[in-house]
Amino acid sequence: MMNILLHISAVIIAVSILIALYRVAKGPSMPDRVIALDMIGINLISLVAVVSLILETTAFFEVMLLLGILAFIGTVAFSKFIEKGVVIERKRD
Amino acid sequence: MSVNEISGLIVGVIVFLGSVLSLISAIGLVRLPDIYTRSHAATKSATLSVLCILFGLFLFFTVIKGYVSARILLGIVFVFITAPVGGHLISRAAYHSGVSLWESSIQDELNGKKDKHHTSS
Repeated sequence: MMNILLHISAVIIAVSILIALYRVAKGPSMPDRVIALDMIGINLISLVAVVSLILETTAFFEVMLLLGILAFIGTVAFSKFIEKGVVIERKRD
Repeated sequence: MSVNEISGLIVGVIVFLGSVLSLISAIGLVRLPDIYTRSHAATKSATLSVLCILFGLFLFFTVIKGYVSARILLGIVFVFITAPVGGHLISRAAYHSGVSLWESSIQDELNGKKDKHHTSS
């Protein structure tokens, strides 16, 4: 029973990643694409969690943490680039 | 039913709930009209879905395997803190880069105050 639920959940998460990919392809403005990519990263964390539940292994926990950190850093860098034009500012002297 | 089967069923239901929330968030990402409502959908329900799934994972390894993982707890806390911050930053960047609101919006509190608060440019 639990295995059936887990497989259905993996399929549903994959479908929602596909829908977000449609928004990445179509999105009218650049921040739309960044939001959709951020959501794809968040969904990848849950997909890795479901896969590690199906395989009953503890080997993928670092992957989930790493994906979370990388998605956050990527979103912050992209939003700073969209807002100010640069990612890392020069020091004024 | 033994304790393991019941807790496995609870874990399955929690994970399934999380995946349905993720699907709702994706549908909101496609159906909503402008970027701010879309970021509303993507940030809140995607965060809740990943929290549900990670909590189910933590419950599975704690109750059934007897392995308390601090990494999952750290992941839950990290996602819960950073996902709304990411949504806020990208909506702010969208407003300051001039992405327009939905034409049926009736209120824009930041209109005209953009240059006063945006001192960096």
